[in-house]
Amino acid sequence: MGTRTAVVGVGQTHHRSKNPECSGHELIAIAVRRALESAGLTMKDIDAIVVGNMDHFESINYVDMWSVLGFGGYMKPVLKVTTGGTTGSAVGHASFYHVASGLFEVVLAIGWEQNSESDTTAAIVTHCEPLIERDFYGGAIGGLASQYSAYMDLYGATEEDAALVSVRDRGNAALYNPYAHLRKAVTLEEVMISPYIAYPLRLLHMCPRTDGACAVIYAAENRAKKISSRPAWVLGVGSSHGATYLGDAINWPGLPSLEKAAQDAYRMAGIRDPFEQIDVAEMYLPAATAGVSWMESMGFCEKGGGPGLIHSGVTNMNGKLPINPSGGVIATNCIGATGLIRIGEAALQVMGKAEKRQVPEAKLAVATGFGGCFWSDVTVLSSQMDIG
Amino acid sequence: MEKVAIVGVAQTPYQRNSPSSHDELAFEVTTKALKDAGLSIEDIDNTVTCTNDFWDGRTISCMTITDATGSSRVPTTNVEGDGTYGVLMGMMRILSGHFRTTLVVSQSKGSIGIPGLITNAIFDPLHERILGLDAINSAALQAREYMSKYGITEAQCARVSVKNHKNAKNNPYAQLPLDITVEDVLRSRMLADPIKLLDTSPISDGACAVILTGESGARKGPKKPVWVKGVGHCSDTYHLGDRDLSDVGVLQAAAKKAYAMAGIQNPAKEIHLAEVYDAFSYMELMWTEGLGLCDRGEGGTLIESGRTEMGGSLPVNPSGGVLSAHPVLVAGLARIAEAVLQLRGEADARQVQGAKVALAHGIEGACGQGHCVFVLES
Repeated sequence: MGTRTAVVGVGQTHHRSKNPECSGHELIAIAVRRALESAGLTMKDIDAIVVGNMDHFESINYVDMWSVLGFGGYMKPVLKVTTGGTTGSAVGHASFYHVASGLFEVVLAIGWEQNSESDTTAAIVTHCEPLIERDFYGGAIGGLASQYSAYMDLYGATEEDAALVSVRDRGNAALYNPYAHLRKAVTLEEVMISPYIAYPLRLLHMCPRTDGACAVIYAAENRAKKISSRPAWVLGVGSSHGATYLGDAINWPGLPSLEKAAQDAYRMAGIRDPFEQIDVAEMYLPAATAGVSWMESMGFCEKGGGPGLIHSGVTNMNGKLPINPSGGVIATNCIGATGLIRIGEAALQVMGKAEKRQVPEAKLAVATGFGGCFWSDVTVLSSQMDIG
Repeated sequence: MEKVAIVGVAQTPYQRNSPSSHDELAFEVTTKALKDAGLSIEDIDNTVTCTNDFWDGRTISCMTITDATGSSRVPTTNVEGDGTYGVLMGMMRILSGHFRTTLVVSQSKGSIGIPGLITNAIFDPLHERILGLDAINSAALQAREYMSKYGITEAQCARVSVKNHKNAKNNPYAQLPLDITVEDVLRSRMLADPIKLLDTSPISDGACAVILTGESGARKGPKKPVWVKGVGHCSDTYHLGDRDLSDVGVLQAAAKKAYAMAGIQNPAKEIHLAEVYDAFSYMELMWTEGLGLCDRGEGGTLIESGRTEMGGSLPVNPSGGVLSAHPVLVAGLARIAEAVLQLRGEADARQVQGAKVALAHGIEGACGQGHCVFVLES
């Protein structure tokens, strides 16, 4: 079944809202240098590169060609993958297939974004169909707000339930992750008095826009075992995209694409009981509300069980299934990198290299990506080549 | 390693100002390619699209064709680059053992945008865009450097246009079938010295789809499978000023990899036809050199020899090439689709007799900064 593949190196910038001293090339260079150093490799060891971002945030066309300067890709095979918010996770998956195919042994995945170069929402709204949907439903916020409204209506969930996710993730970022962008913890009260962006979404529920880059190195089994004594084996990948129109894609109130992608990834990895088996999750939660309503899509609880799960504290750092030790997306959102950071953070956890944000004895981790028309990517990583 | 075959191909006719929308173009080739392969959409277990946000004027442009390509049913990804890179991605997914049959679709509508602005955005925003660089005038710099270094003449470049537009007369999908002479090309309007209007590819709309499958399923379809024997891709550095624009080392590297995989030692003898990315007439000459179909600097002599014409020993661009239709991103995929038709013996009036090994080539970025080379075999 293809070449067994592992993550052997992870690097990222110290993410910020604006990084005036760094060009996009320099952001990429920092992340790539850190990833290479973490694996003890140089660019000479890299057989191919996959890079991704969203074009309209920096307004650079053919970023695969432009970015060569950032990672030293002269005379190297380079390919670009772009799928909206899932770009980072799709770059990770594409890099996995590069190695699993047997065509390349060591592959460098790069996701980056310099959101301070653009008006993020103005650039995002053009993803909506121009004649019917763009005027009233464009951007990332509206759909997420509507989705949580439906979840609240169906299950009696509250704005406070989502606020607890903000408190958890922003707290993790502040306490444990030196790379996170927003490193200020927030209280439940602060979230609940922050202004509405679109009911029931409040400012402190929502992700920021960030400048930053992430690089992850994938290697074939024979190389991975030599590069790292404890690589992060890619046991499962799953991907599911929704429809062209938001109205067709949003199947209230859950996230069917995440459910499908997770089931595919779990099946490939041999996971039967995700809540019991998975030690840590790095989830692309674009808003804290998703941290309540998407728990069921991951198979972490029954339908409607999100609020109970969050209140029980099991997803906190000292709980049974910590979610987003890094602080997640509501603390850091350099969009083209965001999905790849989830994979990188999950890999660091099972490699035992997550430093202050390390979940003790994490062996099995899951990383997700979210974007586009409510679509999802899922990656399962483990310190072991097979789940017993 | 498992073998990968191409079992279905489809193209729209290429034209300027197509009345079809992006998703209608994609739907047309998706349904036609499935029919060509004797498959239904249920047989497709993953898709790869190739779209570009700049050319589509829309962010997350792959979303535009999710429904039209059946991509909401199965794992999909979007390679933002030439269609040849999309086929490579689809091939890797099959070789990984996790998928059986990949649908690769690309669509493009050059006529809805402003190509000069879109290609200006390829260049460095701080230092280069302000110079007004775009696809045409950057290519002019490359053409001039190549021509002066190797003594290639404007007339030799013009012969490429004459040949390819003539070949296009045999291709029902081509946009510009033309009877023109070298004189016509030389007298056509100067765009950026030495590139004239008839040295240049047109603005085009259209779509192309290719279906790949593993060895086990390859022989079940109605058509003869065409095997992917070798592939290689490689990128040069970015700034034009850092590159020797007359150099083809990056293409040589990509080709070397593809040939090694395919077991080809003498490409000029072993390849029966080539579909190369001739966005400008001089490019066909440069790329034939880089692909090792002739010696370095011999591209002009090669075109004059007639060997690359229909009926010659190594026809180049029997379809009429990119000069005769240039839907960006689709164009490389169309090179693969055309090569497949040739190897099946289904290329009708443009058929190269006895073709068993074909080369298809795509480029990425300005002046061929990136190249992707496929070797296909019947």
